[in-house]
Amino acid sequence: MADPIITATGLTKSFGPTQALRGIDLSVERGEVLAVMGPSGSGKSTLVHCLAGVISPDSGSVVLDGTDLTALSPDQRAKVRLQRIGFVFQFGQLLPDLTATDNVALPLLMAGRSRRAANTQAIAWLDRLGLGDHADKSPGSMSGGQAQRVAIARALVTRPAVLFADEPTGSLDSVSSESVLGAMLEVVREAGTTVVLITHDARTAAYADREVIVRDGLLSGAYAPVPA
Amino acid sequence: MDRSLALLGLMSAGPTHGYDLKSRYDAIFGAARTIAYGQIYATLSRMIRDGLIEQIGQEPGSGPDRKRYAVTDAGRTRLASWLREPDTPSPTLQSNLFAKTILALVLDDDADALLDIQRHAHLARMRELTTAKAGAPLLDRLAIDYALFQIEADLRWIDLTSARLTDMRKEVRRHG
Repeated sequence: MADPIITATGLTKSFGPTQALRGIDLSVERGEVLAVMGPSGSGKSTLVHCLAGVISPDSGSVVLDGTDLTALSPDQRAKVRLQRIGFVFQFGQLLPDLTATDNVALPLLMAGRSRRAANTQAIAWLDRLGLGDHADKSPGSMSGGQAQRVAIARALVTRPAVLFADEPTGSLDSVSSESVLGAMLEVVREAGTTVVLITHDARTAAYADREVIVRDGLLSGAYAPVPA
Repeated sequence: MDRSLALLGLMSAGPTHGYDLKSRYDAIFGAARTIAYGQIYATLSRMIRDGLIEQIGQEPGSGPDRKRYAVTDAGRTRLASWLREPDTPSPTLQSNLFAKTILALVLDDDADALLDIQRHAHLARMRELTTAKAGAPLLDRLAIDYALFQIEADLRWIDLTSARLTDMRKEVRRHG
């Protein structure tokens, strides 16, 4: 039965004379892993920023886990992002001087949890991602793949409703990429977390349940089936 | 590539003679191999028999070159169905998809849409293979990786073609 966690309706967004989104309707099911694909400049990033409440569309609405993001102030949206959304980027998101545990514990500390409780949860998430033996290392001393696992643990430690992963393995080689994606998908499926995976890489998109392709500010792929 | 369907596609642009048809086919698809008159006329006869085209007139004189042919509604339906039917990933894919893309440009159809249909079909196959790979023995995984890379190569060709459609449209019109 359909149980959408994100429902976007009629999204438009322009930057000056450029129409980045030209009327997008998209629904993401709870627990689904959706790949968002599209060439550079297609509107893919703008769409995802609207879905995650980073920016507000010019028109249309985004309802995320029952909350209409487009009806909120920027501060209220920031709060929703902190509490209900996780982000993983290609690189540059970890604090290099902190240990893996401290990096992962950070969002919990910001949310007011005790240091002890935050560390316990951080270590448990690192363990799930196969980094149990690396909890005291700093990201600077880790491989790219290990650092991305730390970033994934940090994004998931607050148990977000939706994880937005923007080219999460874009800077990794094929073998590391496969291993990181495999680990990420295993934990999100176990936790029932919805994932929006932004990628231009087909091998990465193949880990998703389905894909949508953004082209010229519209979703393509909404074509009628071939007549029998 | 299915040459009959490619010919049907070229004829859909407007009524034509066998001679014109050969010239257009060779200009657009003949880089690797041109088509023989014999095959043109055999294909035309078969398409008339199947109701995909009809003879709409004959200029004075004799010989097969004098006959004009037009695509019937059944022919247009057959062509539209073929254009929108994704191909199974295989070594013959490229030539078939190439033909469909070119014909979509000739006919002012949505070539991007055809390429997207193929993208989704390829990604669906990659998804099946990726799922099968999880937990498979190492040697099986290597074989699956090989298949994945082949499909990925197709997708890269599709991406590049998609990015070049505007230029291709001009090129195709030049042959029109």
